[in-house]
Amino acid sequence: MEKDIRESIEWAKINGDVLKSLESPRPLFWVILVVALSMFGVGVGCEVYQYQIGMGVANLNNPQVWGLYIATFIFWIGMSHSGTLLSAILHLMHADWRKPIYRFAEAMTTFSLMTAGLFVMVHLGRLWQFYYAVPYPNERWVWPNFQSPLLWDAMAIFTYLSSSVIFLFIGMIPDLAICRDHLHPGWRKKLYTVLALGWEGTDRQWRNFRVTYLTVACFLIPLAVSVHSIVASDFAMSQQPGWHVTSFPPYFVAGALYSGCAAIITLFVILRYVFKFEEYMTLPILKKIVRLTFAIAMVWTYLNAVEFASVWYSHDEASKAVLIQKATGIYAPFWWMMNFCGSVVPFVMMIKRFQTSIPVMFAVSLLLNLGMWLERWMIVSPTFSHGYYPYLWDNNQWPTLVQWGIVFGSFGWFTLLFMGFCKLFPSVSMYEVKEMVYHRSLANKHVEQSLTMNVNELEEKGAH
Amino acid sequence: MSVSNMLENWSKFRHMHPVDDKPHEEYKWAMSIDLDACSGCNACSVACYAENNLPVVGKQKFDAGQQMHWMRIERYWDDDGREFPDQGAQFLPMLCQQCEAAPCETVCPVGATNHTADGLNSQVYNRCIGSRYCSANCPFKVRYFNWYDYPTTDNVWPAEMTQQLNPDVTVRGKGVMEKCTFCVQRLERAKNNARTEGRLVHDGEVQTACQQACPTGAITFGNLVEPESKIARQWAHQQVELAARDKQAKDEQEGGSDLRGYRIFEELRAYPSVMYLERVRESAI
Repeated sequence: MEKDIRESIEWAKINGDVLKSLESPRPLFWVILVVALSMFGVGVGCEVYQYQIGMGVANLNNPQVWGLYIATFIFWIGMSHSGTLLSAILHLMHADWRKPIYRFAEAMTTFSLMTAGLFVMVHLGRLWQFYYAVPYPNERWVWPNFQSPLLWDAMAIFTYLSSSVIFLFIGMIPDLAICRDHLHPGWRKKLYTVLALGWEGTDRQWRNFRVTYLTVACFLIPLAVSVHSIVASDFAMSQQPGWHVTSFPPYFVAGALYSGCAAIITLFVILRYVFKFEEYMTLPILKKIVRLTFAIAMVWTYLNAVEFASVWYSHDEASKAVLIQKATGIYAPFWWMMNFCGSVVPFVMMIKRFQTSIPVMFAVSLLLNLGMWLERWMIVSPTFSHGYYPYLWDNNQWPTLVQWGIVFGSFGWFTLLFMGFCKLFPSVSMYEVKEMVYHRSLANKHVEQSLTMNVNELEEKGAH
Repeated sequence: MSVSNMLENWSKFRHMHPVDDKPHEEYKWAMSIDLDACSGCNACSVACYAENNLPVVGKQKFDAGQQMHWMRIERYWDDDGREFPDQGAQFLPMLCQQCEAAPCETVCPVGATNHTADGLNSQVYNRCIGSRYCSANCPFKVRYFNWYDYPTTDNVWPAEMTQQLNPDVTVRGKGVMEKCTFCVQRLERAKNNARTEGRLVHDGEVQTACQQACPTGAITFGNLVEPESKIARQWAHQQVELAARDKQAKDEQEGGSDLRGYRIFEELRAYPSVMYLERVRESAI
C-alpha cells in the first residue's frame, strides 16, 4: 500500500504539483473533453428538435406526462448532495482526510445542480414562459402558487445553487491568490487576480476567512437537507399511489448522499489519473470514501425496505398494486436491477482487498449510480402506468431517442463543466492540504519527542 | 407594482376552498351521468370535439396516447368467459370531475388552474407553463396536454374545416394543459343573458354539449344551489352530498340499498361535482 500523503509529501512541493494540473493534464483530458462536447451536442440537438415540434416527440402521453426528464432531474439534484456532505459536514466534524478531495466534490455539487436546473427547463411544455414560476412583482398582480411543491423546488434549488457557488468560491480564495502569484502573465492571471479579491494572507484575512467559511458551511447543511426533502415533496405531497409516502424525504436525502458519494468515487478515479494527483488522492482516502459510501448504502437500503414495508402493510390497495406491479410488471427488470445495484453491489465494498482497488471501485461506483438513476425512474414512471384509474392501467410508454438523447447529453454537459473547472481552477485545495501536512508533522514530532523521551528515560535507568 | 401594492393583504386573493369555506352563493354547476342509460355511442365525445375545438390528432398520435378527448367513453368488457361477439360490455363516460378540492389546483406552480365562484375548476391557458404536475396529480387522468402545436402544424383541421371551429372557444397552442370546462362559454353566455334581465339562470336554460348530444338523456346538468333544479333534485334523491367525506349514503347502508348515486374515488376527498348513477341492468351485447 502507498504511504499516506500526510507522511510523504513535502509541504513546499504542494503548490507546484497542484499548479501543474492547471497546465498539463494527461492527454486523456482532451479525449474526455471532446467526447463530452459531442454528447452535449447530441443533447442540444434533441432539445432543439423538441422545442420546435413539441413535447410529443419525447413520446410522453396523456396519463404518462412525466418521464425521464423528471427522473434525471432528481438524479442530478441528488448528485449535488455529497459535495456539501464532504465540505461542510465533514469540515465541522474535523475529518481531515476530506481535504484533498472536497474541492472537486464541491464543484460537482455546483455543476450537477446546474444540470438539474436544465432539466426543469427541458421538461416544461412552454419553457419560454418559465419565469411565471418566479415570484417577481408585476403589473398584473399575479404571483406563483405558493402551495405548489414545484414552486418550493424552484426556490430551494435556486437558493442551494447560489449558496454553493458562493461556498465554492469562498473556499478557493487563498488558492486563487497562489495561482495569481505563480502563473505567467496572461488572461488567466488576470482572471485569478480579480477572483482572489486582493488576498494577501494576513492574519486578519485568515481570521475573517475562517469565520466566513464556517458560517457559510453551517448555512449550507440545512439547505442541502431541505432541497432534497422538497424534491421528495413533489411526490410525497401528491396524492398518487406509490408517491404519497411519508418516508420519502429522508429516503430521498439518503439516496442523494448515496449517489453523490458514488459519483465522488468515479470522479476521484478520473481526476487522480487525468491530473496526476496520485500523491494527493491516495488510496487510504479512497478507502475512507468507500467506507462512507457503504454506510450510506446501508441507510438507503434500510429506508428502501421501510418504504416497501410501509406500503405493503398500509392496506392501501392502490399503493400496494403499484408496488406489486413494480416487482412483476413491465418495469420489473429495471426495478430488480435497481435493488441489485443499490443494495447488493455495495457489499463488494465490504471486502478489504477491493476497498483500495481502483478498477473495482470505479466499476462499483458506476453500478451504484446506475442503480440510483434507475431508482428515480422507478419512482416516477410506474405510478403513471398503474395509478388509481383502472382504465389507464398498463399504459406503458417507452422513452424515445429524444428523451434518451437529452439524458445522455446532460452527462456530457456536466462533464464539460466539471473538467473545464478542474483545468481552470485548482481542484485540490492547496492551503488545506498544507494545513493537513502541517498538523500531521506536528503530531509526528510529538510522537517522536515522547518516543525519544522514553528512550532517554530508559537509557538513564540503564545507566544507573 | 408599487410598494403599497406589495404590502397589501394578499390573503384576500388566496384561493379558498368552497367545501371548507362558505357555500356557493348563486351557482354551483354539477352533473349527473346515468350509466344505466348510457349506451356507449360516443355522441357526447363527438359533440365535445365540435363544441370545444378539440384537435383531431389522427390515428398515429391517438395510438401514442396523445389524443385530446375531454370526454372519453371507457369500455369495460364483461369478464364472464364469453368471447367477443357475445361478450357484454359496460360504458363509463369520463370527463373532468370539476372537483371542489381539486388535487390539480394546489400543485400548479404558477396557479394556472383555479376554482371559480361557480364551483368550476378553471384552466388559464395563457398562464400555463406546461409542468404537467396537475395531470400527474389527477386521480381521474382527465387532463390533456398539447404535445404538439395541433392547431397550426399538425393539419388537425384542414383549411376548409377551420370554418367549423367554435368562435367562442380559443384554440390552444403547443405546451399547455387543457381539459373539460363544463362548456364554460355556454355557462357564461347564459349567465350574461340572465344578468341583463336581472335574474338567475333558469334550470334547463343552459346545456353542456355532451348533454345536448346524448340520445338517451343520460347526462343531467345544472345548478346545484337551486333546490328545484333537476340536478339538485337528483342529487337529493340519491342522497349524494357535495361535501360528504369519504362515503355517501349508498355506501353507508349495509346489505345494499336502492340508492344508485355515487362519486368516483370518494375516499380521496376530491369532492367531485359529477355524480354517477350505478348501472342496474345486465350489460348489453
